[in-house]
Amino acid sequence: MSCRCDMIGETGLQFYGKMTGSMSHEIKNALAIINENAGLLEDFTLMADRGMPIDAGRLKTLAEKVIKQVQRADGIVKTMNRFAHSIDESVKNVELDETLKFVATLSGRLASVRGVTLEVESGASPVTVATRSFFLENLVWLCLDFAMDATGGGKTVGLKAEQTENGARLKLTQLQGLSERTTSAFPGERETALLDALRAELAIDERAAEIVLMLPRDIGQ
Amino acid sequence: MTEKVLLVDDEEDFIETLGERMRARGMDVSTTTSTKDALKKAQEGSFDAIVLDLMMPEMDGLEVLKILKEKRPELQIILLTGQATLEKGIEAMKLGAMDFVEKPANLDALTEKIRNAQAKKMILVEKQTEEKIKEIIQGKGW
Repeated sequence: MSCRCDMIGETGLQFYGKMTGSMSHEIKNALAIINENAGLLEDFTLMADRGMPIDAGRLKTLAEKVIKQVQRADGIVKTMNRFAHSIDESVKNVELDETLKFVATLSGRLASVRGVTLEVESGASPVTVATRSFFLENLVWLCLDFAMDATGGGKTVGLKAEQTENGARLKLTQLQGLSERTTSAFPGERETALLDALRAELAIDERAAEIVLMLPRDIGQ
Repeated sequence: MTEKVLLVDDEEDFIETLGERMRARGMDVSTTTSTKDALKKAQEGSFDAIVLDLMMPEMDGLEVLKILKEKRPELQIILLTGQATLEKGIEAMKLGAMDFVEKPANLDALTEKIRNAQAKKMILVEKQTEEKIKEIIQGKGW
């Protein structure tokens, strides 16, 4: 196995660990709320045993809170499942709008903790390329991680996909702090390894406050 | 003696319900979903314990812990988290956290830790008062 393969493997595992760690934290938060509501329900029954009436309205509110958290946890588990399956096929047709939305969902909590809002701008028509889906998700995350430190005043990172003559381009926009950040360390070894594996190119446009990823239409097998 | 507690977590539904259950057990509970507000409240109020979520927007829980302990060393802070790694736990204890609780929390266990926090704080405050009195007496030359 070459050094480059090791770098991609290690980066992929780090990405997988980071995302599943963040999502399991989210599930724990949902479970904690369910746990407190179950505890409150138990408190109510103890009070009822001592002759205090139970307010039906409160019970309804508790049930609604539990349902809300079950739905939230279910959504997170669905995302985790989809993420796990993104490694199934090495190369597949990928709709880039969907990929950007998916990476934004995956990194939602990590962005929120940094006070950053992610905005995916959907194009008029779908942009599709044949590529290594998991590697692409990993590369978009690494760019996003760098971009979140370079966001402007409103702390929003825009993401959009555009069709090009030879494939597609992904843009991370509204990075007003790009010029102040040292860009010599980016793209680093990990990003470069993934760019090679995806036959992609990365450009940093400080004037437009954007990071641009150029992807071929078909990466081949 | 009523325990005065500040709950800090960005999950509003969580602190709302936990707060209600703690109040039903006779505790005096304040809540906030913002770390900035938590720092303000901690400066203004004399809490026996602060139950603080480790992963918060605006400011990391460990950062909040560091600021609080610098300003008010007597504050007893219990860190609450859904992401309990050993490294984070050790870091938190080094920064002066009193204890570390993993979500979902067991209320009886948390109550016990809050009572311990109250007792610890009382000893620290008594010690501080004693030292202040000593300083005054020595300063006046009595």
